Amino acid sequence: MPTKGKVKGIIANLVIVEADGPVAQNEICMIGMDGTELMAEVIKIQNNRAFVQVFESTRGLKVGTEVDFTGSMLEVTLGPGILSRNYDGLQNDLDRLEGVFLKKGERNFPLDENAEWKYKPLALKGEEVVAGSWLGEVTENWMPHKIMVPFKFSGTYTIKWMAPSGDYKINEVIAILADSKGNEHKVTMVQKWPVKLPVKAYRNKVRPFRIMETGIRVIDTLNPMTEGGTGFIPGPFGCGKTVLQHALSRQAEADMVVIAACGERANEVVEIFTEFPELIDARTGRKLIERTTIIANTSSMPVAAREASVYTAMTIAEYYRSMGLKILLLADSTSRWAQALREMSNRMEELPGPDAFPMDLPAIISNYYSRAGYVILNNGNSGSITFIGTVSPAGGNLKEPVTESTKKTARCFYALSQQRSDSKRYPAIDPIDSYSKYLEYDEVKEYISANISPDWVDDVIKTRDVLLKGREAQEQINILGDDGVPVDYHVRFWKSEVVDFIVLQQDGFDVVDRLTPIARQKFMLDKILGVIDTEMKFESFDQVASWFKKLINLFKQMNYSSFKSDEFNNYLKEIDQMLTEISGR
Amino acid sequence: MKENIAFQKIYTKLTRITKATCSVKAADIGYEELALVNGRLSQVVKIIEDDVTLQIFSGTEGLPTNAEVIFLGKAPALKVSDDLAGRFLNAYGEPVDGGPALSGKELEIGGPAVNPVRREQPSFLIATGIAGIDLNNTLVTGQKIPFFADPDQPFNQVMATVALRAQADKIILGGMGLSNDDYLYYRNTFENAGALERIVAFINTTEDPPVERLLVPDMALAAAEYFAVEKKEKILVLLTDMTLFADALSIVSNRMDQIPSKDNMPGSLYSDLAKIYEKAVQFPDGGSITIIAVTTLSGGDITHAIPDNTGYITEGQLFLRRDADIGKVIVDPFRSLSRLKQLVIGKQTREDHGQVMNSSIRLYADAANARTKHENGFDLSEYDNRALGFAKEYSQKLLAIDVNIDVTTMLDTGWELFAKYFSPAEIGIKDEFVKKYWPQGSNN
Repeated sequence: MPTKGKVKGIIANLVIVEADGPVAQNEICMIGMDGTELMAEVIKIQNNRAFVQVFESTRGLKVGTEVDFTGSMLEVTLGPGILSRNYDGLQNDLDRLEGVFLKKGERNFPLDENAEWKYKPLALKGEEVVAGSWLGEVTENWMPHKIMVPFKFSGTYTIKWMAPSGDYKINEVIAILADSKGNEHKVTMVQKWPVKLPVKAYRNKVRPFRIMETGIRVIDTLNPMTEGGTGFIPGPFGCGKTVLQHALSRQAEADMVVIAACGERANEVVEIFTEFPELIDARTGRKLIERTTIIANTSSMPVAAREASVYTAMTIAEYYRSMGLKILLLADSTSRWAQALREMSNRMEELPGPDAFPMDLPAIISNYYSRAGYVILNNGNSGSITFIGTVSPAGGNLKEPVTESTKKTARCFYALSQQRSDSKRYPAIDPIDSYSKYLEYDEVKEYISANISPDWVDDVIKTRDVLLKGREAQEQINILGDDGVPVDYHVRFWKSEVVDFIVLQQDGFDVVDRLTPIARQKFMLDKILGVIDTEMKFESFDQVASWFKKLINLFKQMNYSSFKSDEFNNYLKEIDQMLTEISGR
Repeated sequence: MKENIAFQKIYTKLTRITKATCSVKAADIGYEELALVNGRLSQVVKIIEDDVTLQIFSGTEGLPTNAEVIFLGKAPALKVSDDLAGRFLNAYGEPVDGGPALSGKELEIGGPAVNPVRREQPSFLIATGIAGIDLNNTLVTGQKIPFFADPDQPFNQVMATVALRAQADKIILGGMGLSNDDYLYYRNTFENAGALERIVAFINTTEDPPVERLLVPDMALAAAEYFAVEKKEKILVLLTDMTLFADALSIVSNRMDQIPSKDNMPGSLYSDLAKIYEKAVQFPDGGSITIIAVTTLSGGDITHAIPDNTGYITEGQLFLRRDADIGKVIVDPFRSLSRLKQLVIGKQTREDHGQVMNSSIRLYADAANARTKHENGFDLSEYDNRALGFAKEYSQKLLAIDVNIDVTTMLDTGWELFAKYFSPAEIGIKDEFVKKYWPQGSNN
């Protein structure tokens, strides 16, 4: 008999429930109210009292209200039809909720139960299968969507019956499996999975080795992200965190993009809603919305559902990864999720850690990041989840708990700099503070050597040195004055400016400049290193500045021109001429 | 509060009294329900079994343990109707203008969020005539933006000016901890402009209890939602001063023994502020709510928890600064930002808007560098001197808050100043625009 309970106490969205039977940690319960039900999750149990966080407003709730425990944890529904949808943190389809305002207790089934899918079996009767094995396939938008043995199935099963090719609805049986005891289990196209548990239906997880192209030069060239890698973007407000995440969501070379808009501005999500149905993915020629799923739990939506939203997004990503796809998962912002944890920990009167965040915050963050990764599936195929989260450090101070905990676990660090942002050098990723640990991976180096160039890693390190030396030279110039330093210092500074303006800075609003394929990045970097290696003879410092300004302008025009077009080649010729002149004198 | 309170149960045994709250044994009470404690309005903030904690908005001074507690069975609400227009009310929505009590249907304040898929992307420019705003930090309906200002800066004057010029159907003023003088300033300014019919004001002055302030933004936004949703009107909400609102939050959380986070603010500050600011919205059918707020800073520190959390929520921020060169207050072009400006710049304004804006700010920055250079004892170049000349005139003709011209005139003024001080190569604007807009008869 399911456990029932009664409300005993209410403090904002923390409700204390007295239960009449067994209750599990993280179990979902429903609190009846005004003809509807409020959904809540058990977060602490003391004797027969369950402390539950309610995913909605508790206004009007009374002591004595009846509570039904569901016996299951917070689960998402997985099946064809998740792509292109806009969900809230609890996977309600926002487009099918009625009215302008979100209503208390309103929920809906996240998939379309009446749609028919063209199904094609992939496995044969008599085959042995395990959780995650591919049974069949439908086409979702344009992608093959695998119908798998539900992740909850444990052990080995034998296929007793397979549905023939044809049109099916998601709840129709497409296979019957027999377990080792001979019991038969019906499988449909839909399954459920608790969001807080990682999906482990794969053979093993390997170290990431393949570069994930984003078309953003400061990432791809200097701080590359890998398929299955993790990264984070901290930065004070106004430095372009969200703009950068939007660029990643548009441009990254992924089969699917899951965006968790967690506790941020609603208008930013509206921008995606408005633009993605129009924008074309340059690589596939398809609309961006076709490869995107959005989980929107913006800042004025219920706070407790923020935590759920990042887990819902991760579980959806894991489901698609099990089909052998490359997933990019973005969360903006993980700080808001951490703040939601803090509010709750505070209401439960737990002993606080630094800045009043819960003590286990570092563990929660690292567990979450560890669900990303590159996996080899049981059938030998591979899939990956690349995760990039933003962090909104209070006061722009990177020494706060969320940034520090994230830094310990994420492998790429994209530090947004207030100074670069103030001087309108976008994207404002600081080239010296930021890093990608993947550049140190032997697997990644091998991949780069085979696919970009054997010299690439050395070239990247050299480019970093140029920036570092340029920064030092600039500091000297600022202290000693323009004519207080040798002309050589000015040359060093301006060479770093060439890297800054041409590699680091990128015009996100220009159709050509905003996306630079890796081959073009290599071409440009070679060219720029050619400039760096050129011996230059100048008579005075003001000559240096004006010569380099002209050079930078030509390079910039190149960035705005199509790769190897006539225009592009003409600018190149002009640049070569400038270089010959300056070295020849 | 004049309510029909007949036939309601009266509780008379308070078990605990703190500076802002009291507790009473009672049953069948709804969370966030209102109650009267010896006639003082209060709200349920915590229920443990039959122990109900009430937050008393006006404070607990002089409250006896045998005070009469009457629960009203409803959450705070505002009576909305078209008659709201032109009214001045207190934090509870009661008239302070001597007019009749409000009538109409009751709308719960602090209601639910708008479904994000039912929002429209903001896209209508708000013309204020102030170039520091229209030219450099263009505002859009459905936007939320605060002034980050030191207490001595004339933000109330600028807000009143913006409000009157914004062509909003209604202006809703939420005053929190407003000094009586500033309250009267707003009232007189609106009255002199003949705009009283378009105003609804919820006023909590420095004379009123601070905790009452917590109701003001929700009251103002409930009124805004009524006009924006039901009447499809363009609503401008002015909230001043949100720092005093946040201070009131910290008072309550402190009295409820919550563990403070950064700067002694409650851990929920971000969510509390977001719930208010996120009410700014553009609806597809034309109605909109735009929020312009004030967050006063202490010593210009924007890393303090209040401006910091605000900055993460709002769509930009405006800074005022006194420009010693011209002796006037200007809208600071460096630190101010309107995140939504690119939705209208060059689309609802002339094509050269974006480039003129960026170039003039860059040249203004060159002047700032020249000034630093000069202060450090280095010689100024001929270019530096021209940049300084440009900066002064740019400040005078465009950045000063007393400017009142339309966007096209601002752009023309920009081009005139470019031509007066620079050559086309120095301004770095696309050739196409230079050919079209460079003033004729100029020597350069």
